[in-house]
Amino acid sequence: MAAGKEIRTKIGSIRNTQKITKAMEMVAASKMRRAQEHMAAARPYAERIRVVASHIALAHPEYRHPFLVERETRNIGIIVVATDRGLCGGLNINLFRCALQAASEWQEKGVGLKFALVGSKAGAFFRHVGGEVLAQADRLGDRPVMEQLIGVVGAMLSAYDKGEIDRLLIAENRFVNTMSQHPRVASLLPIPPAENTSMHHQWDYIYEPEAREVLDEVLRRYIESQVLQAVVENVACEMAARMVAMKSASDNAGELIEELQLVYNKARQAAITQEIAEIVSGAAAV
Amino acid sequence: MSTIHVNIVSADEAIFDGEAEIVFAPALMGEVGILPKHTPLLTQLRPGAVRVRLGAGEERNFFVSGGILEVQPHMVSVLADTAVRARDLDEQAVLEAKQRAEDTLAERRKEGVDLAHAKAELDEALARLRLIQYLRERDLRH
Repeated sequence: MAAGKEIRTKIGSIRNTQKITKAMEMVAASKMRRAQEHMAAARPYAERIRVVASHIALAHPEYRHPFLVERETRNIGIIVVATDRGLCGGLNINLFRCALQAASEWQEKGVGLKFALVGSKAGAFFRHVGGEVLAQADRLGDRPVMEQLIGVVGAMLSAYDKGEIDRLLIAENRFVNTMSQHPRVASLLPIPPAENTSMHHQWDYIYEPEAREVLDEVLRRYIESQVLQAVVENVACEMAARMVAMKSASDNAGELIEELQLVYNKARQAAITQEIAEIVSGAAAV
Repeated sequence: MSTIHVNIVSADEAIFDGEAEIVFAPALMGEVGILPKHTPLLTQLRPGAVRVRLGAGEERNFFVSGGILEVQPHMVSVLADTAVRARDLDEQAVLEAKQRAEDTLAERRKEGVDLAHAKAELDEALARLRLIQYLRERDLRH
């Protein structure tokens, strides 16, 4: 019964793994609900400020803010929003692939790359890719807040101000539903004017106190809020992806246990049969 | 009477969305009152009360700690850093906050560092108190 014992220990260890993946699945499910609420709560602000920013891009101001001006692209900055922890299926890898594809399209045109990385998985991956890393933020937790991101966003915006980058992109996961998260690369800077035919006449805001100050504040906040929204959404994506990945891991473990159980039973039966045969033939010989 | 669409959001929730006759907001250069068909305006906000008059004597009050005001002829957007419905303001907590801010301000003044931050906190507490007082007076008149 040597084989039997081996199989039993194997079943035991798979059962232990299954316990862990089941627990992780349940934790991820409850965290996902909270992350979704958080995401929904932050959305109105992000959407409203996007509307305001698109209005601003449509106006004909006396002062053209650099964030609104398209310029020749020599270097681009990409903010990559990934997770801090693994075991969430292909979420990060799909995102990195998407980001690298966009990056290589620019690279073919001879454009330099600079990265800002959110989440330690992004840090670990892009260390090997090459390209300059301007800023990095990790260990954001399950409820990221603006304060944690100001460094990253600030570094990219000041690089844009100084002309070190001429375009700012963000690689993010969009939460579609629990089963699907879409990686995509979106443009943050320069801010494109909205397509809105009803507002084509020449107009401008009254600015209080100064056009420059107000525009700077509003546009900076716009970028900050878009990045925060991406990070918050990424948490929801992470939890959903982990839940699904852990569910399929638990299911696989269950199947494996069943198969091994079958093998074990067969081996046990064979051993018993053999023993009986030995006894019977022994008795017959006497 | 014509109305203007008002949208107030804070960083973590949508606070108000609806039609109003007039909106008052604490702009950086002084309080502004906005009627329908106002010319486009973009300004920063300081801590204070946003008052939305719905018509028929009804009014909604909100406290904002700062943010951005955008006005288009047909709509007003208030992007607040934090916003609180006036009825959720807690006078006791505000008084405590004011006391704390005054203490830190006095302390900092002695040391001569970082006055701006303590001053901003005090301004916010005072603005909250003014809104509470305004609400109380109005309730007495009604």
